[in-house]
Amino acid sequence: MVSHTVFDGPCVRPTVPQVASIRRCAPRHCLHLRASRLEGVEQAPPDPILGVSEAFKADTSDLKLNLGVGAYRTEELKPYVLNVVKKAERKMIDAGENKEYLPIDGLASFNKATVNLLLGFDHAAVKEGCVATVQSLSGTGSLRVGAQFIQKCIPGKTVYLSNPTWGNHRGIFSSAGVKWEYYRYFDPETVGLDFEGLMEDIKNAPDASIIVLHGCAHNPTGVDPTKEQWKQIADLCVDKNHLPFFDVAYQGFASGSLDEDAYAPRYFVDRGIEIMVAQSYSKNLGLYGERVGALNFILSSSSAAKKVLSQLKQIARAIYSNPPVHGARIVSEVVGNDDMFGEWKQEMEYMAGRIKGVRQELQDHLERINPDKDWSFITKQIGMFSFTGLTPQQVENMTNKHHIYMTKDGRISLAGLSSSKAEYLAKAIDDSVRNC
Amino acid sequence: MWKTETSTKQAPKDPILGVTEAYLADENPEKINLGVGAYRDDLSKPVVLKVVRAAEEKISGKQFMEYLPIGGYKPFNEKSVKLAYGEEAQCIQDGRVAAVQSLSGTGSCRLFAEFMKRYMPGAAVYIPKPTWANHHNIFRDAQVEQKSFRYYKPETKGLDFEGLMEDLQGAAEGSVVLLHACAHNPTGVDPTPEQWQELSKLMLKKHLYPFFDMAYQGFASGDCDRDSQAIRIFLEDGHDLGCSQSYAKNMGLYGQRIGCLSMVCSNKAEGSAVESQIKAVARAMYSNPPVHGALLVDNILGTPDIKQAWFDEVKGMAERIIDMRTLLQDNLVRSGSSLEWKHVTEQIGMFCFSGISPEQVDSLAKDHSIYMTRNGRISMAGVTTKNVDRLAAALHKVTS
Repeated sequence: MVSHTVFDGPCVRPTVPQVASIRRCAPRHCLHLRASRLEGVEQAPPDPILGVSEAFKADTSDLKLNLGVGAYRTEELKPYVLNVVKKAERKMIDAGENKEYLPIDGLASFNKATVNLLLGFDHAAVKEGCVATVQSLSGTGSLRVGAQFIQKCIPGKTVYLSNPTWGNHRGIFSSAGVKWEYYRYFDPETVGLDFEGLMEDIKNAPDASIIVLHGCAHNPTGVDPTKEQWKQIADLCVDKNHLPFFDVAYQGFASGSLDEDAYAPRYFVDRGIEIMVAQSYSKNLGLYGERVGALNFILSSSSAAKKVLSQLKQIARAIYSNPPVHGARIVSEVVGNDDMFGEWKQEMEYMAGRIKGVRQELQDHLERINPDKDWSFITKQIGMFSFTGLTPQQVENMTNKHHIYMTKDGRISLAGLSSSKAEYLAKAIDDSVRNC
Repeated sequence: MWKTETSTKQAPKDPILGVTEAYLADENPEKINLGVGAYRDDLSKPVVLKVVRAAEEKISGKQFMEYLPIGGYKPFNEKSVKLAYGEEAQCIQDGRVAAVQSLSGTGSCRLFAEFMKRYMPGAAVYIPKPTWANHHNIFRDAQVEQKSFRYYKPETKGLDFEGLMEDLQGAAEGSVVLLHACAHNPTGVDPTPEQWQELSKLMLKKHLYPFFDMAYQGFASGDCDRDSQAIRIFLEDGHDLGCSQSYAKNMGLYGQRIGCLSMVCSNKAEGSAVESQIKAVARAMYSNPPVHGALLVDNILGTPDIKQAWFDEVKGMAERIIDMRTLLQDNLVRSGSSLEWKHVTEQIGMFCFSGISPEQVDSLAKDHSIYMTRNGRISMAGVTTKNVDRLAAALHKVTS
């Protein structure tokens, strides 16, 4: 217990204080008679994903490499603010925009743009008023509003998450008081998709369950269903009357093409399946810290969309009132201007291309160093992450011996790998696999 | 097809933000929006502070758009708590203040509510009657039990201090008491320093936990230190307490969603544990807070002469509102109204609790194109030298 050195005597009532001065006075010691009500609060462990960066920062070794959080880095391993984003910001400053509250559901021009990007321009669902959209705090915020909606308006239903999935999915649904279960997803034997297991688990889920699907570039595995497999998943969702909840955090980042990466949600919508979609602009527009995203419901009627929107607004009002304006304006500027939109597509292709390139290099090095193991999964997987299959012990070796930071589930972020460090990484992986 | 249609009900419009929607739909060129508490200048225009524009230029082209840590931008947090508790505050020097950047006032309150649910189990939150409507939504969605304490006395249009003390006297130990640090929303009625002293003593005795919602520091009196006096009084008395800060009004950063939740704890270890758990709540809500507003505030608070320039701008805004209060009251008196209007200048901050009925509010909207929330709360920031005459005349009309 911190004790004060200056004593006024026990419980002496201070005179009306001068506003700016805080005297070291005695009364605190009176509270020592009673334990603090918050004494029992335990120190929470560092976040398994975001905690990795903190550990990395503390490491003083020159060799250190951060393959933890999925934030894009250049070949020089520097953060990257897209040129088109700088242009948009400049435009916004010159325009002297005000800083007023957005409506609860966000910036209208952003909401329009985000749905166009997701579904393709001039989609029928939009024209028919069947889409409810709220701008929200990137992927996490959108998922959380969606989770609260499920808790409030579809109570008693279970949410199904892929095994494995992005760690924060669990926290989000649990925090919102929504029950969740796993469906099989990753097959460590093939280092690929356990499609049979997936279909069986989704079939066995009670009718009208909510199924969280990664739109593309599955996090953490990088393993996506093929188009044929998506069709079968859609068939099953129709049969079981399931509600798919797409998490679209990497549109454009996986293949380099915005349209290609939106195949799955668009296919489901065109099949007439109602879906929820959480979108994030953290990675594809590099707007990480601006927290830009959206939660969308694409439904079969405009009256349902209207009612759902009203509920989403009520939920958002009690979490943050209205979303932050800055990032949404940037997205709106970029998508709304043909030149900037074109430039964005180019920069995105470049980022996705760098990652594909570095995947290939890593695989080449590993095949050279350790030709007995099948390393092809590295280029078969897509997006920012690779699920290496490393065990927690091996991961510890990566960090403790080689100063390479990654999450305990064996996930590495290729976005944090440079060409010049690919060989170092390959050697470290080989060492961990052989000796731990 | 999944049955959204039959199972989802239409939620009602938000009572505060819905007013602006109605106002926007009105085609009368002389319409007046006295709904939401966003500052307007004498031309009814939104204001971006000069210090904010300057800060904007400085941080534009920033190379930093990376994720902030879950707890936000640390330099911002540090400056923010100093602004609330005092530059030399002992609790800060002791290192026992848990502080997390949050999504403005709403976000701070929601983080606190979720924390309360988990770590003060069974505790109810006592909320003044009336309060900002969204407080009820926030604590309800966090599933925290709400109780109320008397606050506003319609007869005097002032504070019901006896009722307040009596209700809190009867509160169970360990309850949380939500207090508006200054410029109470919606009434504009604040306790005097002497009343704050008495309340602080009572809450110490009854082991009630103070949670201050401070959305108007600087905006109430024009002086940031003076406006946080209540908190300083409680700290002097040795309370552990929580505080929600918002920079929406006092820095005009409404849409940036920038604020801070802090909790003054018993010691450093507790502060660290509490902060870690608030962060766990934030991670499941939005992962990490938006960077832009934090950089702006940090820039402004970080340089002494810019900070002073900010103090001056806030004072200017507060003074315009005080002037409008005087003008409105004068006009009402001159209109020949037989009612008592002294509360217009006695109340403080952005809002005036006019005391008119919901039906009179409806009449103002329908017949005069003057919009306010149905509890009769007038946002004085929406009053200008150009519209104050018409407003006074309309108020007189509907109340006579």
